Amino acid sequence: MEKAPLVALRGVVKRYGHVAAVKDLSLDIPEGSFTAIFGPNGAGKSTLLKILSNQTRPTSGEILYSGVPAAKLEDSFRSKFGVISHQPFVYDNLSAKENLEFYASLYGVKNAGARACELLKKVDLYTRRDDPVRTFSRGMLQRVSIARALLHDPAIIFLDEPYTGLDSVASASLTNILREQLEGRKTILMVTHDLKTGLELASRVVIMKKGRIIYFRERGEVDASAFESVYLEQAGGPEAAG
Amino acid sequence: MNYLMAVFSIVKKDVLMEWRSKEAVNSMLVFALLVTVVFSFIFEPGSETKNEVVGGIFWIAVIFSGLLGLGKSMVSEVQGGNLEALLLSPVDRSAVFFGKFLSNLLFMLFMEAVLVPLFTVFYDVNIVARPKVILVIFLATYGFCLLGTLFSLISVRTKTREIMLPLMLLPVMVPVILGAILSTNVFIGGFPAENAGNWITLIASFDVVFTAVIFAIFGLIIEE
Repeated sequence: MEKAPLVALRGVVKRYGHVAAVKDLSLDIPEGSFTAIFGPNGAGKSTLLKILSNQTRPTSGEILYSGVPAAKLEDSFRSKFGVISHQPFVYDNLSAKENLEFYASLYGVKNAGARACELLKKVDLYTRRDDPVRTFSRGMLQRVSIARALLHDPAIIFLDEPYTGLDSVASASLTNILREQLEGRKTILMVTHDLKTGLELASRVVIMKKGRIIYFRERGEVDASAFESVYLEQAGGPEAAG
Repeated sequence: MNYLMAVFSIVKKDVLMEWRSKEAVNSMLVFALLVTVVFSFIFEPGSETKNEVVGGIFWIAVIFSGLLGLGKSMVSEVQGGNLEALLLSPVDRSAVFFGKFLSNLLFMLFMEAVLVPLFTVFYDVNIVARPKVILVIFLATYGFCLLGTLFSLISVRTKTREIMLPLMLLPVMVPVILGAILSTNVFIGGFPAENAGNWITLIASFDVVFTAVIFAIFGLIIEE
């Protein structure tokens, strides 16, 4: 019997009032894959990520995790998810370490302090661990956010524009972290406008437009040098570059 | 993750943040002090009618400064998308609610502990002269914080949250506010405690019913 995909969407629709952000979307996400999702602003990419990470419920359709409908899963299932969003998900008045320890306590992470320090070293913020995060730059906040998302060693990592605000050193560091996660058989979904980085890491490529998937290829089927023109053609003109 | 541990983690985090910023507690205290001082001007020294309205003034100070505090306490959850992160965590979503609720309750009880002696100074009335008043204050504050936390979580993502919170909360809170004022006046006026019995039962019932309802359906409310 064929193994069920780690995550499967079946005819998912998400409406906000009269506006459909995601329309009749079906997609299988196998374990250990890296799916890069491209698309112009308003294509429904972030909404799709919110649906997949259980932050919002679809208006209709079904999400299956390893063949089990999302509605039947326990709250503890969310410990499989790690989310890096537009927003850092950190408290201004707490230090980087305190933020990580707080989230570690919610995720039941053992030796929270040591784990927080380990990840702060990984994102190169260990020396600033006791500073309140309100004193951090946008890029530093994003690095704390990356550490927070990896605290509990999630099986599925959802990234929404994770390179936003990162300088080139921090970007390279994030790319390395994502490669490490892939080697550890983690499943990654990344929404990005950065075609080059997305293609570099992805094993599957998706383009969304107006709430639908209009392009889906395995990475091996994509010619990287011609992808930008394919993207512009599919996503609808130069403004689609984001 | 243990339910109570999650609640405790959220309370601990909120207390630590409040200890550092003192934003919610200071706002509540300053507002409550202003109400106390301004209303004290309406009485002649030694006025006999004072005891009939002091309970009302006390609860006006508590309710409106509480609204201010609830708003402040939720802002930290909106900034940086923290509420989303809390709801993403693998704990029962009602644990997130009860964590926020208990933090708000602690901050409001602290504010009231400062407010009560101020009333003795400005109105020459010992509000807690009869221990049952403490029960009334606790039960009414519990009910106010319970629905206040719920409505502030709902309204916090709207642009008009400062208006939405009192608009949603105050009509629902009428039985509790009325019960709290009337029973406080009963005790301040030195009337028999039985006169306040029905009001205390009403407030306690309100607290029990809404605690159970929110525990059961908070997950659905917050997702929608």
